Amino acid sequence: MTATVASGLSEVARSDAALRAFLHGLPGVDQVGAQQRAAMLGTRSIKTTSKAWALDLAIRMVDLTTLEGADTPGKVRALCAKALRPDPTDPSCPPVAAVCVYPTMVATAVETLEGSGIHVASVATAFPSGQAPLAVRLADVEAAVAAGADEIDMVINRGAFLSGRYREVFDEIAAVKAACGSAHLKVILETGELATYDNVRRASWLAMLAGGDFIKTSTGKVSPAATLPVTLVMLEAVRDFRAATGRQVGVKPAGGIRTAKDAIKYLVLVNETAGEDWLHPDWFRFGASSLLNDLLMQRYKLSTGRYAGPNYVTLD
Amino acid sequence: MPTEQESPAATTEPTVRLAVRKTYKLFIGGAFPRSESGRSYPVHTATGDFMANAALASRKDARDAVRAARAAFGTWSAATAYNRGQILYRVAEMLEGRHAQFTAEVAAATGDRDAAAAEVDAAIDRWVWYAGWADKIAQVHGAANPVAGPYFNLSTPEPTGVVAVVAPPESPLLGLVSVVAPAIVSGNTAVVVASEDRPLPAVTLAEVLATSDLPDGVVNVLTGRVAEIAPWLASHMDVDAIDLTGVTDAGLAVDLETAAAENLKRVLRPAPASSDWAADPDVQRMLALIETKTVWHPKGI
Repeated sequence: MTATVASGLSEVARSDAALRAFLHGLPGVDQVGAQQRAAMLGTRSIKTTSKAWALDLAIRMVDLTTLEGADTPGKVRALCAKALRPDPTDPSCPPVAAVCVYPTMVATAVETLEGSGIHVASVATAFPSGQAPLAVRLADVEAAVAAGADEIDMVINRGAFLSGRYREVFDEIAAVKAACGSAHLKVILETGELATYDNVRRASWLAMLAGGDFIKTSTGKVSPAATLPVTLVMLEAVRDFRAATGRQVGVKPAGGIRTAKDAIKYLVLVNETAGEDWLHPDWFRFGASSLLNDLLMQRYKLSTGRYAGPNYVTLD
Repeated sequence: MPTEQESPAATTEPTVRLAVRKTYKLFIGGAFPRSESGRSYPVHTATGDFMANAALASRKDARDAVRAARAAFGTWSAATAYNRGQILYRVAEMLEGRHAQFTAEVAAATGDRDAAAAEVDAAIDRWVWYAGWADKIAQVHGAANPVAGPYFNLSTPEPTGVVAVVAPPESPLLGLVSVVAPAIVSGNTAVVVASEDRPLPAVTLAEVLATSDLPDGVVNVLTGRVAEIAPWLASHMDVDAIDLTGVTDAGLAVDLETAAAENLKRVLRPAPASSDWAADPDVQRMLALIETKTVWHPKGI
């Protein structure tokens, strides 16, 4: 059964019409149902040892991000130092999964993190809008990979997607994947601009069919960014995609996740939707900057019994 | 308005109106939430009659209140002293407008109506007295220090930060005002644990503060058990000072002071049981919650 579906899937991208037929043939998302299920899973209470485990896992899943026009090599080095030792006063605190920067800052991050096992992710393809000619976007990716980035966060062409030119989006993702070489490709759907959950589901499948290793909700520059229901739809997509093809794809919600409580809600969602296989930094990431501080403060509260304050974590 | 002749009073039942009871809630960040824990506790009059249910704050309410107070500290401490004074005068005006309501609540709590009216008068006067200090502390308690070199050497009082306050239990309004006003006049923000048995005037004071241009979060009011909430405030690393005035249990006070030592909080020890809140205040409460910053500046170049 799986084999026939898989062979079927290899055929869906052969033409624009076939791709459209496949994406529009995906079952529609029950909007109210998705929101209710996400809200219901968000009420789970995670306490004591489970909470400690969840906090450490969430720290290990963080893509510590700085994407500002004002970024400097010094700021990136400081961020890398924090990525290596999020809580310098506690050696048992794990490092984060990756540092995510603009392509010009990749070399600095690679140099600082060398040998640590922390990945260096770079946004590319004319992030955040993606509104540049394809050749420019591919050159952006190649420059980031050449500088040493081992994960590339690309943005899809939302203009093409929303006007129904799926094949164009597909080909662009495939071209970026080819330009990445051995680097992992995260495909940013920018769900805040896709308007409906049906579109999120279609874009997820499109990105996975085109070869994305991760699907990511948002750039963080558009509101709304990551939400629980959107992530639920994407988690269902990666689960179904693995069932159909055998290939596992990761999910990365990004933007707007600021508290440890929110992060734990996402972990519950992952466990209940995609399953335990995704509860690992290789398959689930948080794109965030201020989230890490709240995770550290919660960790401190759990280990000492006293509330921490923002004076005891770094500014960033 | 209907006249006697028009109303068929003789044939219909007298109008029965259901009273709209007030829900006494917490005051955190300018909003009036119920306790996160969903709990409440009954408040009784001096004679033991049921008066109302007040929210029973939990440690998480205390945490939220500290977060709100910290968020408010930047704007409030950076406001000019003149502006802070004006806002505090405005609070006094609003207190005056609610005089009757405060008198009724204080009277119900203490059982003495005449004394209650006098206490409300005194509380408003106390508030005005502290409001006047807003733009005077720096002149009176700052200094231009003579030093052995060509420098201006200036000491200025600055706010400490977030202050946790345990309000006196016996004096529900005057005692409360006497500990809250000196904390915020210099630019601190406060998390106040109201009198455990007489919390209603504190909630009404919160309503006054909410309508007096005081920025959200400058004063946060929690009602509930001191023994439950205060330890979390004393150990909280983001609280800079704790005023234990209203702690009546000596053992608890020692525990709180010990917990407060972890991040070197300023601690005001409990007031003696014989404290007379009607007595004229002095500046000690204000001075206890400020830090002196000294600046050296070259001169004569």
